[in-house]
Amino acid sequence: MKTYVIRRILYAIPLLLAISLFSFLIMQLSPGDYLDQLRMNPDISRQVLDTMERDFGLDRSVPEQYALWLGQVLRGNLGRSFTYRVPVTHVIGSRVRNTLILSFAAMVLAWGVSIPVGIYSATNKYTLGDNIFTSLAFVGLSIPNFFFALLLLYMIVTFNLNWPIQGMTSITHDMMAPVEQVIDILRHLAVPALVLGTASMAGLTRQMRGQMIDAMTSDYVRTARSKGLMERVVVYKHALRNAINPMITIFGFQISALLGGAALTEIVTGWPGLGTLMLNAVRSKDLYLAMAGLMLGSLLLIIGNLIADVLLAVSDPRIRYN
Amino acid sequence: MENRSFHEDDNKDLAQTTIGKKEKYSFWGEVWKRLRRHKIAVAGGIVVIILYIAVIFAGFLSPYHPNRTFRQHFYHPPTRIQFTDEDGSLTRPYIYGTESVGWGQYEIVEDEKYEIKFIHRGDPHTVGPLTTNLQFFGVEGYDQPLFLLGSDGYGRDLFTRLLYGGRVSMFIGFIAIFISTSIGMMVGGISGYYGGWTDEILMRIAEVIMSIPGFYLLLALAAVMPIDMPSQMRFFFIITILAFRGWAGMARVIRGMVLSAKNEEYVQAARAIGASDKRIIIKHVLPVTTTYVIVSATVAVPGYIILESGLSFIGLGIQEPAASWGNMLSAAMNVTAITGFPWMLIPGFMIFIACLSYNLLGDGLRDALDPKSTIR
Repeated sequence: MKTYVIRRILYAIPLLLAISLFSFLIMQLSPGDYLDQLRMNPDISRQVLDTMERDFGLDRSVPEQYALWLGQVLRGNLGRSFTYRVPVTHVIGSRVRNTLILSFAAMVLAWGVSIPVGIYSATNKYTLGDNIFTSLAFVGLSIPNFFFALLLLYMIVTFNLNWPIQGMTSITHDMMAPVEQVIDILRHLAVPALVLGTASMAGLTRQMRGQMIDAMTSDYVRTARSKGLMERVVVYKHALRNAINPMITIFGFQISALLGGAALTEIVTGWPGLGTLMLNAVRSKDLYLAMAGLMLGSLLLIIGNLIADVLLAVSDPRIRYN
Repeated sequence: MENRSFHEDDNKDLAQTTIGKKEKYSFWGEVWKRLRRHKIAVAGGIVVIILYIAVIFAGFLSPYHPNRTFRQHFYHPPTRIQFTDEDGSLTRPYIYGTESVGWGQYEIVEDEKYEIKFIHRGDPHTVGPLTTNLQFFGVEGYDQPLFLLGSDGYGRDLFTRLLYGGRVSMFIGFIAIFISTSIGMMVGGISGYYGGWTDEILMRIAEVIMSIPGFYLLLALAAVMPIDMPSQMRFFFIITILAFRGWAGMARVIRGMVLSAKNEEYVQAARAIGASDKRIIIKHVLPVTTTYVIVSATVAVPGYIILESGLSFIGLGIQEPAASWGNMLSAAMNVTAITGFPWMLIPGFMIFIACLSYNLLGDGLRDALDPKSTIR
């Protein structure tokens, strides 16, 4: 197990390198650079522009720029953000944290709802409750995140609910007591987490229901029933344990979907996460910031997949990695 | 010689008649039968077809040109169509004139009446090769606009733009999925069949693409488009980047299927009689994946529609003045627009309806094509 994890981590290194090269090429493809915008500004002198160009290495060839960037990154320096005028590491840390908070909240919500609902649907197949949940799952599957967020905003505004809908903190946040601050953030978290959570909830419920139905019709469940075990024991001890395994594989894919979905949700609800940052960076051609965003996003994804594989091995003794 | 060929034909005929008699079974017939039993899936399929017909004939079905602006009637609520006259008796449908009484506020002018004409001459539009100005309905002249679903901030008819925007949204997903599926099948087929270095390189590339969070990759790629790119070019560019992102996952699964299929006896037999690699891959190996490909393509279309609308929504996709459901919805992104003019949310419902129908259809197709599937 340990060697497997180490090998996976070692394997991630060339992968990340390839991703960085690939992303760098894409960023270079986009027309113009950040300095173009500054050049239009008559207040900025020729000299300042030249120093900036030299500092950021923008006057060199693309391979040289990449080598320069890579060398800096290996020394722990992600470069400077053109727009924020500070090292990228200063900007990006809190953004990654915020995205993780949002994704984690959404995940807790999604799994917390969809596992019980999936079990209920499978054990009460084709009843009214199951049909209602199935229809809701289809609605959840088909509604785009950003539209759902807009609908929630619409409802909050029309029903005049006193609920924050933009950003992560209130204006008075800094004046609050620590406990109040946490509550304030949690209140802001509710809308984006709900939007993001429902998106994955739908798919998860369907999967859980399917896995559970498969487990319930298998031989060992019939055996357990014929032994005269209580239905509760049959469902939770025999069927559920087997149905939950494939779900762990989905956990890995989930992280990818969450990161992708989070970007749009963040933008609509003004949550200051990695997605909002990426959009701004890409729009203003903030090369190093966008690169850092792409790399960190990919890193999160790779780690997520690794965690999923390890969890799978822990939960299912039949799986051995060697 | 003549005699012999006669015999051969005879045998062929005979063989065909026996096959015809015995084999009433056809795979697709069976699938169709199973799909038809799935009422909800059929309903989904019908809605999808209706949507495609509606967006293809957008010019005929909509009352205006998508860029026609009525500056006196911006943020106009949906026009109420009157079916009864003052005495309360039924008449031909007509609308009252409206007058602006404030920012986005309108009042009905009772003595101005505009009759709704069916099959009349309006703005010119192109259907396939011919340009015509025949429209299904509308009012004469441009003094008083007919807004079935209201108008936007420029005074453009939302219903018209919804139909034209649907062209983009409905076709981008469809074409992109077609391209990414083709690439996925090709790469997966080659990779699985040849193995070795080819496989190694192709799968590593796929892995790199799959390791970058999808939407981040799309953001970076969409930023490659210059701002002044014409909207037709943008349309194809977005298709390209969606397909570029999408093929990797498909290629991986196809490769797995090809790996298991290439050692089957019928493939060995084909190789033994000297069929070329190309022929074996296309004729013998890839057909194994047909059901998977059809189902996963249908299920993936909504995802592509949502991605396109998402990109257009944040301003990186289709740009004004061209319409797409995504960029129409972005006009509803601020609170004043949402509360004052809730009809601006309608494009979102269109995305929802399109995706829902595709999902329902895909679910039914999966049941019909693969009765063993775990998701029921």
